[in-house]
Amino acid sequence: MIGTSQSLTAEQITELIDLVKKVHGFDFSDYSKASLKRRLTRIMMIKKLSFYDLKHKLVNELDFFQDFLEEITVNVTEMFRDPTFYKALNNQVIPYLSTYQHIKIWSAGCSSGEEAYSLAILMSKAGLKDKSFIYGTDVNTVVLNEARKGIYSFRNVKSYAENYQMSGLSGSLTDHFTTMYDAATIHSELKVNTLFSVHNLISDTVFNEFQLISCRNVFIYFETQLQEKILELFYKSLCPHGFLCLGSKETIRSDMFKEKFKAINQKENIYQKIGS
Amino acid sequence: MGLDKNIIDRWHNSEILLLGGSAGSFKLLFQVVKALPAGLNKVVIIVMHRKKNFVSEIEKLFAQNSRMPLKEISDKDKINKNTIYIAPANYHTLIEKEGYFGLDVSEALWYSKPSIDVTFESAADAWRDRCTAILFSGANQDGAQGMLKLRDEGSLTIVQHPEDAEMPEMPYSALNLNAVDYVLRTDEIFELLNN
Repeated sequence: MIGTSQSLTAEQITELIDLVKKVHGFDFSDYSKASLKRRLTRIMMIKKLSFYDLKHKLVNELDFFQDFLEEITVNVTEMFRDPTFYKALNNQVIPYLSTYQHIKIWSAGCSSGEEAYSLAILMSKAGLKDKSFIYGTDVNTVVLNEARKGIYSFRNVKSYAENYQMSGLSGSLTDHFTTMYDAATIHSELKVNTLFSVHNLISDTVFNEFQLISCRNVFIYFETQLQEKILELFYKSLCPHGFLCLGSKETIRSDMFKEKFKAINQKENIYQKIGS
Repeated sequence: MGLDKNIIDRWHNSEILLLGGSAGSFKLLFQVVKALPAGLNKVVIIVMHRKKNFVSEIEKLFAQNSRMPLKEISDKDKINKNTIYIAPANYHTLIEKEGYFGLDVSEALWYSKPSIDVTFESAADAWRDRCTAILFSGANQDGAQGMLKLRDEGSLTIVQHPEDAEMPEMPYSALNLNAVDYVLRTDEIFELLNN
């Protein structure tokens, strides 16, 4: 069972946040507290560590931090998660994007690449493969390596196939994979126009100009003031009239950014940048 | 019949009503939503297992029959009294101490997302003894740990009588963990909620 045995106090959590910031330069202070607490409790349980063991490892074992980061950040994702979102993207955004000469897409917080490849498939289906390029970024190097490989378990791909079907795209999700035993590899023609690299939304800056940024189910881990900071980064990273996609249950809370982004699909949280 | 004074007092004093249900509890939760009085003056949170891509008419159906405003939870929504909140499918719902919801897409628990345990444990953390939690029919063990934590913090915990539950495993699991203050018959649950 997860999340029941040991309990961390608010003071202990603050202590861990400060320690990680000092030793590893990674700032968790504006992460949503309830979720962070659950992840910290979980890592202590999985690795059978007391609060003091955890502190000790974070200070004394340099390799442990990568492990810690992998467990703390949530890397659960699906291809075509929320089929209605992909449907809306296809109907409302793709026609607009197709007018651009080059379409640069940023999948921010891409984890193991499922969303980036979903977007690659969507672009390919729309006949825009050759003029689009997808950048996937995450803080976690382990999941980025998985994204680069583009190999998923066939069992998972089959479970994503239902999402694909519901998104209204023709054919089947498995058309885009080569399967060998339980390993399903995304077709190389879809991989060509992708690049996966490390980027920290909290501390890194603008690195390109995009026509579309998709950052879904990442904001849920951040408190609103941090969300606002990242909205600023997205705003600066978008071309005029560029699109921003948030998760189905994530909305722009900041009054300032409500003025800077127009919701073109309120239900699916698809926004378009206003002004330049 | 009649409920004892202790349970009625504790129900009156609680500020949050948590409802958890799985297989076999949908109709009952619907009846509960219908029965809750408009002036309840409590926060109501419903965590109900359901399929991720199930096109959700549940909120609409529930909202049409509720005497209180009802909404599906979005991330960072402020938590208000006299409102019924429904945990969205394919997310876990957490409670932030400052009085708003947080969502999480991490691993399913007991094959369930939303997980009743996650929300109940988080509510115990944030609200300690201020809740009343009721666990209904279900075919797995989700909710039992959460009920235990709520009970440990001093919140009131109730399960539907396993004989009345279409799927008794969920109430039984909570009973086996000694996480339950009261076992109530279905009609007693309605009597309490309307008291």
